[in-house]
Amino acid sequence: MKARVAIRYRPGVLDPEARAIEKALANLGFTGVRGVARTRIIELELEAADREAAEAEVRRMSEELLANPVIETYSVTIADR
Amino acid sequence: MRAAVVTFPGSNCDRDLRVAMERVFDRPVASLWHAETELPPLDLVGLPGGFSYGDYLRCGAIAARSPIMGEIRRLARRGVAVLGICNGFQILTEAGLLPGALVRNMRLSFVCRPVRIAVATTASPFTNAYAQGQELTLPVAHHDGNYVIDPEGLARLEAEDRIAFRYLDNPNGSTADIAGVLGPQRNVLGMMPHPERACDPLLGGEDGVLLFRSLLAMLT
Repeated sequence: MKARVAIRYRPGVLDPEARAIEKALANLGFTGVRGVARTRIIELELEAADREAAEAEVRRMSEELLANPVIETYSVTIADR
Repeated sequence: MRAAVVTFPGSNCDRDLRVAMERVFDRPVASLWHAETELPPLDLVGLPGGFSYGDYLRCGAIAARSPIMGEIRRLARRGVAVLGICNGFQILTEAGLLPGALVRNMRLSFVCRPVRIAVATTASPFTNAYAQGQELTLPVAHHDGNYVIDPEGLARLEAEDRIAFRYLDNPNGSTADIAGVLGPQRNVLGMMPHPERACDPLLGGEDGVLLFRSLLAMLT
């Protein structure tokens, strides 16, 4: 089964790279841009009995390694096939 | 004093840390490979600076899940002193042994220079030989040293006197100028500046020596 984990900073955690992107956009004339946020996507394939089992497994992976729950949130998508 | 320094794949300050400890402790310091799971009896474990696992995923994230960390966690719970410097600090936050996290420097650039910090508490095995408020010059060399913690966590650190060092000229955007924090039992310290690189007048001064003397005084 294919899974996709999207990881982003929690609201309130300032992301210096996102701020730099926002500034660069403003410098290019894209004024009025707000709320630039970066999301990291991790895709993987795993063996699982069904979608629920796959999602539970990927959530455990996210809690234990893929995301840092102190500063990040994540969402898991299991691909249809 | 029975001390050891852990080497992770990509550690690069492990030897410097061992040499600095050996000079002050006047006895050999063991070297531990990250894959080890049975450790000798220890009073102090150092997690050195460097770029463990190439900083992949997040700095310190993969090292924090390496086999030796279960044992480090157990030692920390038992009160053994654990000192994480730079990447070692990142590993300790990733392992949940210290609160907060270290993210990209506010100005995005790698910072490599001596910085001025102040000793914010002397009530720890790492800082008892310093004077309260003593100003030190220690080198930093990091890209991800921007310490972030939520307001409740910061309030707890301040109420419990667990901020060990503060920057006098914040080089990375860290919350509340925090350069080093103590764990809940005060036996775990994480700091971005490198005391082991300031233990010889020929190399960056000697302001780091008292940190190791503190440990020697407390642990022997």
